[in-house]
Amino acid sequence: MPRNIIECRNIRKSYVNGGIETEVLKGVTFSVAEGEFVAIMGPSGSGKSTLMHILGALDTPSSGGYFLDGKDISQMTDDELADVRREKIGFVFQSFNLLPRATVLRNVILPLIYEGVAQEKRREIAERALSDSAFPEGFWNHYSNQLSGGMMQRVAIARSLVNNPALILADEPTGNLDSKTGEIVLHTFQALNEGSHGKTIVLITHETYVAEHADRIIHILDGNIVRDERNLRKRVAKIEESSRA
Amino acid sequence: MTTEDLFRESYRAVAVNKVRTGLTMLGIVIGIASVIALTAIGTGAQGTIQSNIQSLGSNLLIVTPGASRAFGTTVSAGLGSAATLTPADANAIAGLPDVAAVSPEVRANEQVVYRGQNTFTSIMGVVPAYAGVRNVQVAQGRFITGSDVQGSQLVAVIGPTVLQDIFGTAVATATPDMAIGQQIVIRGAAFTVVGVTVAKGGAGFMNQDDMVYIPLSTAQHYITGNTQSLNEIDVEAASQNAMTAAQSEITNLLLRRHNISDPAQADFNIINQATIVAAASSVTGTFTALLAAIAGISLLVGGIGIMNMMLTTVTERTREIGLRKAIGAKKKDITLQFLSEAVMLTFGGGAAGIVLGWLAAAVVSHFTAIPTSITLGSVLLAFGVSAGIGIVFGYYPARRAAGLSPIEALRYE
Repeated sequence: MPRNIIECRNIRKSYVNGGIETEVLKGVTFSVAEGEFVAIMGPSGSGKSTLMHILGALDTPSSGGYFLDGKDISQMTDDELADVRREKIGFVFQSFNLLPRATVLRNVILPLIYEGVAQEKRREIAERALSDSAFPEGFWNHYSNQLSGGMMQRVAIARSLVNNPALILADEPTGNLDSKTGEIVLHTFQALNEGSHGKTIVLITHETYVAEHADRIIHILDGNIVRDERNLRKRVAKIEESSRA
Repeated sequence: MTTEDLFRESYRAVAVNKVRTGLTMLGIVIGIASVIALTAIGTGAQGTIQSNIQSLGSNLLIVTPGASRAFGTTVSAGLGSAATLTPADANAIAGLPDVAAVSPEVRANEQVVYRGQNTFTSIMGVVPAYAGVRNVQVAQGRFITGSDVQGSQLVAVIGPTVLQDIFGTAVATATPDMAIGQQIVIRGAAFTVVGVTVAKGGAGFMNQDDMVYIPLSTAQHYITGNTQSLNEIDVEAASQNAMTAAQSEITNLLLRRHNISDPAQADFNIINQATIVAAASSVTGTFTALLAAIAGISLLVGGIGIMNMMLTTVTERTREIGLRKAIGAKKKDITLQFLSEAVMLTFGGGAAGIVLGWLAAAVVSHFTAIPTSITLGSVLLAFGVSAGIGIVFGYYPARRAAGLSPIEALRYE
């Protein structure tokens, strides 16, 4: 039995807006084991973004416990959360969030700066992450804003890998991509999840098609988990070799 | 995050928008340059005025006759009109404890003629002590000696301006020695030139280059025709600290000798060189401070420009800040980054400003007579101030950036 990377115990989150308290998460309990590829699915307004923020240590729950890699982070301060994010989590965002006017390599190296990795080791780590995310070598010194969306997202994936995180958290990673480049990105995730990498991946999406690339799908609606099931019809992202570049 | 990384990240951020960075820095450049240039001019002017005053002599007290008053009346004639200073006064002053040297003088304005060339100049009747007290050096020949004075010799030492006026520019520049031994005529008496003084370059009301020095006794006999009154007694105090003491000793002595009980009725004046220097320094110091204050205002405006740009930058880079926080940057990392960007701008502006200010000061010196002097202090101050401006005006934008919530920042469009 592999250990749990994520353990959520009755997580609640409410916001007060204009004197009215709105409960966005109404007691969410689930866990994700090491090496799992889980999709969290739900329509907009379901609370999946709020859940993503808590899972990503960007926010803390109003009540309940959240253990990430065995550590309770539900009561941490901002700076402690920053440490957790730096050490344990790799983020992939819908809008890539790369530094413009910076090369691919520099974007991938960025988390290592905050990690305090020695100057001479950075490039090597970044290059490994780029090849793990199947990013073509010829573009390593291109500026990020000269790349296509699919390429940018793979730079972002490489960036999420450099600090060797316990969890990769992808928030609508294909949302800004066409179906073909979306397929490449999903393929990259599947490749990172399988085999020697064995990365734990949580993917947040509202599209059933995207969610079906994961091993397990958690459905969330109105702040509650409504369904948590093995994905028996797992799709395997197919890419033609020519479209890799 | 290491310091090296911090600087590298800041440099990249600052280098992204070169035009905007340059324009923002320009505010600081102009501010620092004007502080440097204006204080350089102020300090230079102060130095010149002080050295001009110092060139008159060192630890100098100048005693001149005051207004003469008829006994029992309050009617007074103009300053210096009284013939109240006598050689006996000078001898008495020489005996005072805080006095190092005394130089009694008589003065007249006369025509000086040499082979048809003539000039109208000051004739000074002096004793050998004059050279020491008034800091006069001889370039050719010798100065007036004690035996010249005792024997009322008809000898003259001329200033370089006089040399040029009556012997011609060619002699003055090429062969000033030629003047030695020549006869010049003053008031019908022929004087032998025995020396030429070194140019002092002094300008204005008392040009020490445009003078003819002759022995005091000779001047009294041939020029003024009066052996009892002196135009001036120059006194060198024993030391700089003794000047005030010497001044009051002389005052008391002369009041006693002239039988005056009320110091307000004194028939003489004493000018203290230290007082003049202090007054001049205070004037030029105030002037320099005023110039620096005006320049400081432009520096303040430059600082506000920096703050404005940094606030714009924070807004523009909200998503980047969100990303940095998401990948593990702490509040401190973000604060330091934006702060160091601001300091980089002001420090760079400061360095450029120092160079520009130095050039401006050099140009001013070159095209006007105003000398300038840039002190190490003003350069260090400029660096300190520019870095300080970066910290002060960069702090608020940096805190604002660091305070952004990563969730909100990542969502920002």
